[in-house]
Amino acid sequence: MGRPAARLYRALEGLFAVYKPPGVHWKLVRDTVETNLLRGLNGAPRPAPRSQVKFLPEPCRDNRVTLEASVLPVLADHPLVAGPQFQKLRVGVGHRLDVFSSGILVLGVGQGNVRLTEMYNSHNTRDYTLEGEFGRATDDFSCHGRVIERTTYGHVTKDKLESVLAMIQGVNQKALLTYSNVDMRSQEAYELAAKGSLRPQSKSPPIITGLRCLKFAPPHFTLEVHCVNETQKYLRRLVHEIGLELRSSAVCTGVRRERDGPFKLQHALTRQHWTLPDITQAVHCSWATWTGGEVNTVQLKKKSSTFKTQTVLARCGTKRWTLDMK
Amino acid sequence: MALSSMQMCRKCSFLLGMRKLCVELQRSSRVLCTVNRQRSTIFPHSAGVLRSLRTPPCARETQLRVCAFSDVHPTALPGQVSRTPPIHPVDDQDSQAVDASKQFCDSVGSPVDLLSLVEHRMPLEDMDGAPALSPFEEISEEEAIQIQAQPAMPPVSISLKDYVEQSETLQQLLLLGVDLWKLEQRPNVGSMLLRLDFQMDVKERLLFLKDVGVEDSQLGSLITRNPFILTEGLENLKARVEYLKSKKFNQQAVASMVSRAPYLLNFSIERLDNRLSFYQQTLGLSAEKTRNLVIRLPRLLCGSLEPVKENLKVCELELGFHTNEIQHIITTIPKVLTASKKKLTEIFDYVHNVMGIPHVLIAKSPQILNSKLLRIKERHLFLQYLGRAQYDPNQPNYVSLNRLVSLPDNVFCSDVALASLEDFELFQKTL
Repeated sequence: MGRPAARLYRALEGLFAVYKPPGVHWKLVRDTVETNLLRGLNGAPRPAPRSQVKFLPEPCRDNRVTLEASVLPVLADHPLVAGPQFQKLRVGVGHRLDVFSSGILVLGVGQGNVRLTEMYNSHNTRDYTLEGEFGRATDDFSCHGRVIERTTYGHVTKDKLESVLAMIQGVNQKALLTYSNVDMRSQEAYELAAKGSLRPQSKSPPIITGLRCLKFAPPHFTLEVHCVNETQKYLRRLVHEIGLELRSSAVCTGVRRERDGPFKLQHALTRQHWTLPDITQAVHCSWATWTGGEVNTVQLKKKSSTFKTQTVLARCGTKRWTLDMK
Repeated sequence: MALSSMQMCRKCSFLLGMRKLCVELQRSSRVLCTVNRQRSTIFPHSAGVLRSLRTPPCARETQLRVCAFSDVHPTALPGQVSRTPPIHPVDDQDSQAVDASKQFCDSVGSPVDLLSLVEHRMPLEDMDGAPALSPFEEISEEEAIQIQAQPAMPPVSISLKDYVEQSETLQQLLLLGVDLWKLEQRPNVGSMLLRLDFQMDVKERLLFLKDVGVEDSQLGSLITRNPFILTEGLENLKARVEYLKSKKFNQQAVASMVSRAPYLLNFSIERLDNRLSFYQQTLGLSAEKTRNLVIRLPRLLCGSLEPVKENLKVCELELGFHTNEIQHIITTIPKVLTASKKKLTEIFDYVHNVMGIPHVLIAKSPQILNSKLLRIKERHLFLQYLGRAQYDPNQPNYVSLNRLVSLPDNVFCSDVALASLEDFELFQKTL
């Protein structure tokens, strides 16, 4: 006898990360995970069917019919009539990945969906690895699109690439300060900036918080990007624009997400492991990550920081410096 | 049925000289209740008939409720009511009434219709007009025992759960292993099942399927997938099986075909013949090979021919296979004919253009067209990363395409890639 399905389901509620292969839509990933979970849950033993007392006629001696009271299971509770215990699950998807990109996709089951919203509101950074190729430009910035331009790339060196990256990072750093909604002249802002945990507090355009070149072997190059509120299309466009800045052109051959908030690559489940026991294990691990991990502390700090800043300002009697929030 | 009742109404009214009523009756859809009321005035006996027929109340109620579930006007259920065997022997009054109605019919015409009419209408009249059994009437012990007090069934329901306890058909189907919860989701199937009578309709067909050679364990899944085989005419089913046998399919083949393609026996002989000749002529196969093809994938005979034609064109023009190569591919993997053409072209594109495998090799091991693109991609890239992606049979360290796609992950890693499963999973995370 295994555990009943309701208990299995309760152990399943929470967040976990899967590794989305390239070329597959995120919805297909979600549906596959849901189907596998349903199969696992419905394989669990069912509760015993209700029973009812029935008076059945029973022929006995001297041809008289008597009624016999008998306890029978209710037919409506038969598995073939009642159907599976779980017909669908609430499986929510965190920050999406489009078809051509791969990497970590965070999924939530049941009550875990609440934490997905929390994760969205905490504006975590995500890490990406971008594969680029110099020499051509396409209409959708990926290597699958229609080629609209071909260029030479002999003049591109690693130094030039890095200077362009530094320039982009500088621009984004400025935008980050603008959107982070913290008083720039406060001690709190200094501390946050020194730790590198400044975040936009509300909706913002995509902001890159870190950018570096991992590998440079023309025409191929690899970038590592840390960013907030991005889309995969924005990242491909970034590669395109780096190409233009270098007086050449570039397409993005791969976008791969290596971290989404507290979820790292080693936590992600590959296709073979999208089964009930493995996912339950991953959800269990993610609770540990969540309670002791990065996300919660960052959120707390943010709340306390705004509070402290305001009190400090009030005590000093200075007029609050407002940011230009356009 | 409706027409004959109309005729009868007209004649009744003619007898009674009630022309006005006749017009009304023609208009109203509930012709028959009123007719019954009329008749009870004509025949003093028929009130007695009603009373005697009322005695098994639960059976009648069941039928009425069934009508309600099926959401069809009671006139649509001629067969069922008349078929239910009367639990009590027909008493004298009843037979008198039937005789009387026969005489009436003879004078009026169409005796069969009227007879069935009398029988159908009883339950309705039972509910409507006649007074209930007096609570003071004495009944014997025997009768008292046979009265079954069952909870009333809901008149309308979205699920078959409410009817399982009372319906014999559903109970027997349940014992066979039919997934009733799947069937109730299909439109009109629930009411169709409730209308069937197990002894009359279902049993014969089940015995027939057993005669064909379908195994007991397969019957449940067969009916789950095709419940309409229970309403198909038995002569038709027999004729179709005979047709298949006349085309030299042996008993076992027919049995496996019927259980794997449940809709096979619901299609007409012309259609089956058309399909068989199409496959034989278009693919240019011999009779024996066509038979093998159809036995391996019997749903070829059920489905539309358009996608199959498209797939053949895709193989010929887009993928560029020769006719004999197509023949070979199809006889080894018949599923290629029903696969999605988008999937076929994607896989072929990757295998031919990226992995660089010529047509001849693909035609030799067509299993690769049946597998998943993602699987091929991952394994090819892993082998390439390890430096083992060598698909030319003339070179050393040759990896056959069949082994590439058909082995499970752990065997692939240990035998083909000579790496550990953990390495393969880590590699998957870098794609």
